[in-house]
Amino acid sequence: MSDLLLSPEHRYAKIIEKTRNEDGSELSILNLGPTHPATHGIFQNILLMDGEKILDAEPTVGYIHRAFEKIAENRPFYQINVLTDRMNYCSSPINNMAWWMTVEKLLNIEVPKRAQYLRVIVMELARIADHLICNSILGVDTGAYTGFLYVFQFREKIYEIYEEICGARLTTNMGRIGGFEREWSDEAFKKLNIFLEEFPVAWKEFENLFERNRIFIDRTVNVGSITAEKAMQYGMTGPNLRAAGIDYDVRKAAPYSSYEDFEFDIPVGKSGDTYDRFCVRNAEVWESLSIIRQALAKLPEGPIHADVPDYYLPPKEEVYTNMEALIYHFKIVMGEVPVPVDEIYHAVEGGNGELGFYLISDGSRTPYRLKFRRPCYIYYQAYTEMIKGGMLSDAIVILSSLNVIAGELDA
Amino acid sequence: MALETAHIQEKLSQAFGNHVLNFEMKRDIFTFEATPSTIHEVIRFLKEQEDLNFHFLTDLTGIHFPDNDAEHQFAVVYQLHNWIENVRIRVKTFLPDPAEVDTVTDLFLCANWMEREAWDFFGINFKGHPQLKRILNMEEMVSHPMRKEFPMEDGGRTDKDDRFFGRTPANC
Repeated sequence: MSDLLLSPEHRYAKIIEKTRNEDGSELSILNLGPTHPATHGIFQNILLMDGEKILDAEPTVGYIHRAFEKIAENRPFYQINVLTDRMNYCSSPINNMAWWMTVEKLLNIEVPKRAQYLRVIVMELARIADHLICNSILGVDTGAYTGFLYVFQFREKIYEIYEEICGARLTTNMGRIGGFEREWSDEAFKKLNIFLEEFPVAWKEFENLFERNRIFIDRTVNVGSITAEKAMQYGMTGPNLRAAGIDYDVRKAAPYSSYEDFEFDIPVGKSGDTYDRFCVRNAEVWESLSIIRQALAKLPEGPIHADVPDYYLPPKEEVYTNMEALIYHFKIVMGEVPVPVDEIYHAVEGGNGELGFYLISDGSRTPYRLKFRRPCYIYYQAYTEMIKGGMLSDAIVILSSLNVIAGELDA
Repeated sequence: MALETAHIQEKLSQAFGNHVLNFEMKRDIFTFEATPSTIHEVIRFLKEQEDLNFHFLTDLTGIHFPDNDAEHQFAVVYQLHNWIENVRIRVKTFLPDPAEVDTVTDLFLCANWMEREAWDFFGINFKGHPQLKRILNMEEMVSHPMRKEFPMEDGGRTDKDDRFFGRTPANC
């Protein structure tokens, strides 16, 4: 990168030279990132600055590219789940469930209602964790550390619930083809109920701290606005799009995992600025809480995974004592289960927007091609345009309000 | 009135004749192929015709088919979405090697990085793209890693034998 900055051929060098000759102004170059505490991830932006005003920006991505699509082409379906964890690591369960649903769609597996409802609960918990981090970090970037510390303990509570469900916290690898690997423990439901009691109180206080706060409003209103047309052109989805006023939500447009059974609203903003994005995420947290309550109230009894022995590893004690279980175990591990030849696109509403998996299966053990439609990667293109003409400190605020997650950006 | 696939097919066939082919319902998404010379106009048609109105580019990706004939070595897949009618559509175009196709960045701003990604990983050249350079891989790289002939691991590794993991050339 250094020779890029020094090169007299670079377009910034030419602009700097030109303005110096024209009116004597001194433009400068600022290298923001790749590792900078304010960017919450590994992004580089080379900024052309006039004093504190940003004239132009050149983003560089790919610093944590891990070639997930290539790895996925060489792995059986059930081993790809651990790759999806590491995309949007703030809401891994959504990615996990999205992947299982894609495979189930390919294999025509009907998942039992109970498993579907449990999936909804864990996906909404993940959405709360995702929005909670985004909004509280936005507070940190505008100078309010307290709110962040206050609500961050509840992310810990959510992680404890994950821990009860699957044993892991951040990269969860939760679920299996056809449902869950085990029934949720009583402890998990107990923790969930405590969370549902305590969290709304704290979240209300968090909202009160920010929503009418003079300093916060001054820092966020009309900062990084984007019109609905532009947001659509840039491929924005999720809360960032809804803040601009379009009510597109995959949960409503193409309900998956029984989302049609629950009543919830899609909060929308108006101006698409940082404040609207903050408010949309806040409102979505309330909707998520309501969905979790409805799912818990209606939670049916029954099995927690579909009866698909071809794809679902049998319990270990049965493998040692039961002939069929041993055969299925062997077949799954050695990759001898049938897979149809087909082409699947499955999308879910991830923390940041439409998370899609485009899977082409040629009937072999591994996908022929697997493309992750990562919302961050697509809408980060709009960042350059959103920060142009603004202040440097606004650029930081806009970046955290977009909730760009480096893992999802680079895959 | 919902947007019927028969209606889409009829309109496209009328406008492009035998440049659009292989109409097929792939699960829940209507899929068809367009020839490389017309793909840009097909996408524009889908986007700008008022009753079709596929105004959102969900995804654009490349695929490598080394076993196909010379004219079908690469595919570029466009997934479009009409939010108002809530209908998705998938358009494919097959390309020979070296692959070259018109850019759609003039229709969708978000196609910019998607096309750069397809160039980076498959070496598909998008004609008219404003800044076609690598995006996720480093600038100095010479190969296009998502092509099937590109090995995932260093072939010289001796510490790992794929046969022990159930992988044989036949199943992966």
